[in-house]
Amino acid sequence: MKRVLTPEMIEEKRQDVFNILVDPTSSHEQRVTYLARAAENFLTVLDEPEGLDELLRCDIDTRCICNLFEGDAPYRPRYICIDFEKFLREGSAFLQLGPAKDFSEALTNLMIMYHNIPSITNYPVYIGDLDVLLDPYITDLSDEEVRKALRLWMTTIDRTILDSFCHANIGPKATRLGYLLMEVEGELENAVPNLTMRVAKDTPDDFVLAGVKCSLKSAKPSFANDEMFRGELGDDYCIASCYNGLYKGGGSYTLSRLILSNIAKRAKNIEDFKTRELPYVMDIMARYMDERIRFLVEDSGWFESSFLATEGFVQREKFSAMYGLVGLAECVNLLLEKEGCTERFGHSDRANQLGVEIMDIINDFNNNHYNKYCEATGGHFLLHAQVGIESDHDCSPGTRIPIGEEPDELVDHLNVINLFHKYFPSGTGDIFPMDLTVHKNPQYVLDIIRGGLGMDIRYLSFYGSDSDVIRVTGYLVKRSEMEKLDAGQNVRQNTTGLGLGASKNCKILDRRVR
Amino acid sequence: MTAEQVALLPGAGGPPRATVNKIIPFSCVDGPGNRTAVFLQGCNFDCRYCHNPETIQTCVHCGACVPYCKPGALSIMAGRVQYDIKKCVLCDECFHHCPHGSSPRTREMTPAQVMDEVRRNLPFIRGVTVSGGECTRWRDFLVGFLTLAKAEGLGTLLDSNGSHDFSADSELIAVTDGVMLDVKAWTPEDHVRVTGWDNALVRKNLRWLAEQHKLPEVRTVIVPELFDCEQTVRNVCEVLWETGNLNTRYKIICYRPMGVREVYKGLKSPEQAELQRLAGIARGYGLTDVVII
Repeated sequence: MKRVLTPEMIEEKRQDVFNILVDPTSSHEQRVTYLARAAENFLTVLDEPEGLDELLRCDIDTRCICNLFEGDAPYRPRYICIDFEKFLREGSAFLQLGPAKDFSEALTNLMIMYHNIPSITNYPVYIGDLDVLLDPYITDLSDEEVRKALRLWMTTIDRTILDSFCHANIGPKATRLGYLLMEVEGELENAVPNLTMRVAKDTPDDFVLAGVKCSLKSAKPSFANDEMFRGELGDDYCIASCYNGLYKGGGSYTLSRLILSNIAKRAKNIEDFKTRELPYVMDIMARYMDERIRFLVEDSGWFESSFLATEGFVQREKFSAMYGLVGLAECVNLLLEKEGCTERFGHSDRANQLGVEIMDIINDFNNNHYNKYCEATGGHFLLHAQVGIESDHDCSPGTRIPIGEEPDELVDHLNVINLFHKYFPSGTGDIFPMDLTVHKNPQYVLDIIRGGLGMDIRYLSFYGSDSDVIRVTGYLVKRSEMEKLDAGQNVRQNTTGLGLGASKNCKILDRRVR
Repeated sequence: MTAEQVALLPGAGGPPRATVNKIIPFSCVDGPGNRTAVFLQGCNFDCRYCHNPETIQTCVHCGACVPYCKPGALSIMAGRVQYDIKKCVLCDECFHHCPHGSSPRTREMTPAQVMDEVRRNLPFIRGVTVSGGECTRWRDFLVGFLTLAKAEGLGTLLDSNGSHDFSADSELIAVTDGVMLDVKAWTPEDHVRVTGWDNALVRKNLRWLAEQHKLPEVRTVIVPELFDCEQTVRNVCEVLWETGNLNTRYKIICYRPMGVREVYKGLKSPEQAELQRLAGIARGYGLTDVVII
C-alpha cells in the first residue's frame, strides 16, 4: 500500500531540509546530495508491503529493516558498474568522445565518464579494472612517465570523486600498470579510490606482495578470492563500492539490510526466531525490494533514458539486487542468552553453529524468492554482509566478530570467518590492522592471503596500524580528516563523516592489531 | 595419569620429547612469512640482557610458583608442578616468583604432539621456526619434529645461539632449511662477558652455515658498554661477504630493558644514531637486507 504523509510528517521533512541547508559540517556538494534525497522522500510512489513501517521507520533500537539512505522513489540504480572496456574502445555519442587512442586520451575519457555515472551517492562506485583498461596504452611509455601521469590522475580522482565508495579493480594477472599503480597508491596515501586486487592461484607472489606493501601504507588494495567470485558470477564480475561482487555492464538496483540483532529482540527463543520472526521480516524486506526494483525498472524511466543504458554501457539484464544483513554476532549472542547460555559468537562451536544455521535459513529463503528482474542471478537477489553505518550500535557489520571480542589468535579468527564468507557473492570481508613496520615482513600477509584462497575465505583487508589512511568498515578515511571534521570544519569527502561516526559508535579504532 | 601422560614422563622411553615453553601459531618476527614458532625451554648461555630469562633453566618442580597462580592453572601432583594451559591467563606471576630462573608454564611434548598443534595453522603458514631457550639442546626432538614438518611441505628454520656443532650433525641439517644465528660478540673475552660461554663454536657455525647457504639471518643485540659492537658487526659482515651471503638478513637489535632481570637492568640502550651507524657499516659491506629492530 502507498503511504500517506500527514501534515506533521511534512512539517518534519521541511525541518530536515532546513537542517541540511544550514549544516556547517557539510560542503556544498554534500548539501546538494542530501537535499535531493530529502526531495525524493516527499514522494509516496511505492506500493509498500504491509507491516514495513513498524520494521523500517521506527526507533533505531527496534528497527529490523534498513534501506541504507535510499530514498522513497528510486530513480537510478544504487550501484552502476559500466563496461569501461567498451567505452574506451568505442567512445560515447552522448559524451561526444571517440575511441581512446593513447594513454592521455584513455585517462581523460575515463575521468569524463566518471563524472557522468550516478549511484546512491551520485559518485561512481566502480571505476574499472584499471590494469586491464590502461596497460595496453603504456607500451611505449617509460615507468617514470606512467608514474607521473598516474600520480596526477589518481590525485584528481581523490579530489573530485568525493566519496570513498568509489572502487577500482586490478588483477588477477600481473601487469606493468598494476605494479606501477601499487607504487603510486602506496606513495599518495589517498582514501579514494577504494581498490581490490583479485588474487588467483596463478597470480604471482611478487604482484600480491606489491599489493600488500601498498596496503600497509594506504589501507588498499583489499584482496579478493578470484576463483570464488568467478565460480559464482562468472568471468564478468567486478568489485564495487565496499566489496560488492556485481556484474560489469550491470550493477545492483538496490540494497536493504536485515538488522538481525534487533530481529532477535522480537523472538522468544531460538526456535521462535528461526521459524517465525526471521521469516516474517525476511519476507517483508524481500517484497519491499521487489517493489523498489519494479518502480525503478518500470516507472522511473532510467533504463530508457540514461545514455549509459541506451549506448549499451550497462544492460538492464545484468543487474541484480543485494539482500543485506548486519548484526549476526549480536543476534546469536542474544538468542543464546535467551536460552540461558553465555557462550559468544566467534568463541564457541555452539554459537558459531547457530550463526551458520541462521545463515542457511536466510540463504534458503533467498534461493526461494523470485524476482523477474534479477535474471542475471537466477531470479534471486545476492546476499550481502553489509558493513554497517555510523549510527549502528551493538550491531556488528555482516557476520563479523565484534571489535573488542576478536579471538586472541588470528588463526582462530580466520577459521570463524571461513564459516561465513561463502554465503555472500555480493560481498563480505574482514579487516585486520597489522603492525609489521619494524620487522619488514610483508610475506606474512601474503601467506595469510594465500591460505585464505585455499579455503572459503572471500575477501580480506589489511592496513598498517599506524597509517593515516585506515579502513573504517568497507571504505577508507584519513584519520587526519576525521580530526578536522570532529573539530567542526567541513571536509571534502562524504565518507569522512561516516568514518567519524563509526569511530565513536562502532569502535573502529580499537580493532585488535595483528 | 593416562597412558599417554605416563609415556611422557622423563626416562619413560618412546619418542624424543622436549619441554615446550610456548607455541605461537602465527609469527611475523621469526623468519620470512608467516610461521608457527615453537619455543623450547632451557638455554646453556646466560646472556645478561636476556629478555626472557624464564626460558633459561628447566623447572625443578619446587612448587614455589604455585601459590602465586590466581586462576589456579598450577598445582602439584605426585611431586611435580602441573600446568593447565586452559586456565592460564598469562599474567607471568609464576616465573616472576621462580627462584630458579625457570617457568612452570611448560609442557613435555613429542614431535607428533607439537605437529598436531602446528597442523591447525595450515594453510596459512609457510613454515615453522624452533626457538628457545636454545632449541638445539633438544636435538633428537628437533630431528623428529622437523622431519614431520617437512613431510607436510613446511619450511624449517632454527633460532640458535650457535653452540651446537651443525657441521657434525648431518641428520639435523638434512631437515633444517636454515639457522638464524645469534652472534652475540666477536672476541672470546667479550662473548664470555655477555653470555658466560666461549664462542669458538659460534664462529665456526657462522662460517660453516654461510658456506652451506643455510644462514638466512644473523642477529646481534647492541649493548655498547658490554662488548665491542662495531668489531662484531664488521666480522659478521666479512664472513657473509667472503661466503657470498650478501642477501642474508642482518638484524641489528636495539637492547631494551623489557623483561631483563633486575641485576642487569642497569645496562643502557644504545642511541638510535649508533644503531644507524652500525647498520651503515653492514650495508657498506654490500649487505642488502640490514634491519634495525
